[in-house]
Amino acid sequence: MIRERLSNDRQEIVKLVDARKTYQMGTEQVRALAGVNVAFEPGSFWAIMGPSGSGKSTMMNVLGCLDRLTAGSYYLDGQDVSQLDDDSLSELRLKYLGFIFQSFNLIPQLSVQRNIELPLYYLGWDAIRSAERAKQLGEEVGLGDRLNHRPTELSGGQMQRVAVARALANDPQIIFADEPTGNLDSVTGLQIMELLKKLNQQGKTIIMVTHESDIAAYAESRLHMMDGVIDRIETEAYETDQDHQEYLARH
Amino acid sequence: MRQTKIIRNIWLGIENLLLHKLRSFLTMLGVVFGVGSVVAMLSVGEGASKEALEQIRRLGSNNIIISSVKSAEEEQASTQHSHMSIYGLTYQDQQRVAESFGNIKQTAPVKLLRKETRLRERAMELRVVGTTPEWFKLVPRAVLAGRVIVAADEAKLAPVAVLTEFGARKILATESTIGQTVRIGGDQFEIIGIVKSESGQAGNIQIPDKEVDIYIPLQVAKKYFGDMFTKRTAGTEEREKVELHQIIVQVDDAKQVESVALGIERMLERFHKKKDYVISVPLALLKQAEATKRTFNIVLGSIAGISLLVGGIGIMNIMLASVTERTREIGIRRAIGAKRRQIIYQFLIETVVLSMLGGLIGLGVGVLIPMLITHFTDMATVVTLNGILLPLVISMAIGILFGLYPAINAAKVDPIIALRHE
Repeated sequence: MIRERLSNDRQEIVKLVDARKTYQMGTEQVRALAGVNVAFEPGSFWAIMGPSGSGKSTMMNVLGCLDRLTAGSYYLDGQDVSQLDDDSLSELRLKYLGFIFQSFNLIPQLSVQRNIELPLYYLGWDAIRSAERAKQLGEEVGLGDRLNHRPTELSGGQMQRVAVARALANDPQIIFADEPTGNLDSVTGLQIMELLKKLNQQGKTIIMVTHESDIAAYAESRLHMMDGVIDRIETEAYETDQDHQEYLARH
Repeated sequence: MRQTKIIRNIWLGIENLLLHKLRSFLTMLGVVFGVGSVVAMLSVGEGASKEALEQIRRLGSNNIIISSVKSAEEEQASTQHSHMSIYGLTYQDQQRVAESFGNIKQTAPVKLLRKETRLRERAMELRVVGTTPEWFKLVPRAVLAGRVIVAADEAKLAPVAVLTEFGARKILATESTIGQTVRIGGDQFEIIGIVKSESGQAGNIQIPDKEVDIYIPLQVAKKYFGDMFTKRTAGTEEREKVELHQIIVQVDDAKQVESVALGIERMLERFHKKKDYVISVPLALLKQAEATKRTFNIVLGSIAGISLLVGGIGIMNIMLASVTERTREIGIRRAIGAKRRQIIYQFLIETVVLSMLGGLIGLGVGVLIPMLITHFTDMATVVTLNGILLPLVISMAIGILFGLYPAINAAKVDPIIALRHE
């Protein structure tokens, strides 16, 4: 069902076709996604923008296999995952996706090292290999000397670095970043963005949700959501919007 | 590999529990007391039934004991001066009992006297038991030295005596006891053997032999001491005529003990004007004692069961609270890729570790209590392997039973909502 490794030779790593998501909020039906068609290339760096309620978070959750579409299809590396069950989605997240959150979402009772090891634990790695990888990743994000600290003993920027290291632990194809700088001061925020940019240059696909334009500027493409549909797309990868529309038309 | 993973998971569970030491300890307490009381209850129950079996062995499960007692009328009459009471079982009674019932294997008549027994300057008040060789078959005790009374002693009216181990040590206090001569009252008897005595902590059931016994042939007792007894108490003199103090009857089959006892009662009623005997059936007494103990065990068991239940509910309560408290952690784990069943597994392991730990501590408490009971009372307690394994299995079952619901609740957590949870 799930291939061992998603290949990078496809034209798009994620693709939504007429993606729709409706929520029941009390008696009201909320259309969070109202027919979205979009495709991201492997190795691209996207920022999803839009005011709150525009559907950007829902889109992120769907792309991150945390949520399922009500209608339409989601292709992750060419595979239709919109019909997969909870276990299969969990396995996709575990093997191919990494997450960075606004509020870091580290487990406070675990040390920095144990937090980084968490995906490896679920991947079934043994303790020794996990520890080695966690140390290596900790050093990569500049926290080699903080591995035995608790997250609460770290600054916000350091916590987010731990989160980045954790997101990298399973060597994911795509990293999802949900307002990664939202809880950081501007200097630290920019440091994190530099880190993400570096990862993108190393070939990771990055999909980021943000409402700050200067943060979004780090992405090579920006997707603006409004009322559950794509408002507009700005991209540096394609010269014009036109190009992207053509690109979409091809698929 | 699989094994190390389980150990790792258990270790992670312990680590999590150690984060809230006091809370974990208090949560555990219910199981500690529950398991402790189960272990204690089982060992007390086990000890009681072992003691009961021991008593059956000592009493002889097929025996009926008929004893002479003063009837109520006689008791009143004896307050008058120089009255002679004649009561109790007779030699004839014994013959009748022995001959009337086909399913009686053998009977032993018993004549009891209190006499001072002395060996040179050592003296001791002993219970002199005049009886026949059958006694030693009905009340089987290990012969430590020499021999017991045989039919020939009866026939020859041989002045021989068998001492108990206790009596031998008290009076003779020497190795070469056999062949020594002791004086019982005014008469000389040759010690021919020494038997073990088993009137230890007998509980509430009478055992025919006592450690202060000395056994002599019935015919000898009859000839030397007669049937008349004089009791001097507080200036008054009481005279009694009793032929036999006890008749011990052995029935072929344990199932017939009670019907034979009833038959003997009917027969004796016909020949005795007054009710000057009692019939006791050790087996019936034992059955009764066991029934009482069983009720006792059921009550104790229910109490232990309730405390285990309360302990389990306590664990469940805390785990449900813990799931709510750790919603965010669950969300993170799920986002990273943990499957629902892995979340269930994590919380279940924590609960099982908690209850098993409680079970282990409870086991310690439960072993200690019977030791204290045995130390401070005469009650025997036995801690069996089952008594140890069962509570551990129970505590594990409690962990799974009461941990499953909170764990399933944990797995139901929606990661999207959980990640926003503060």
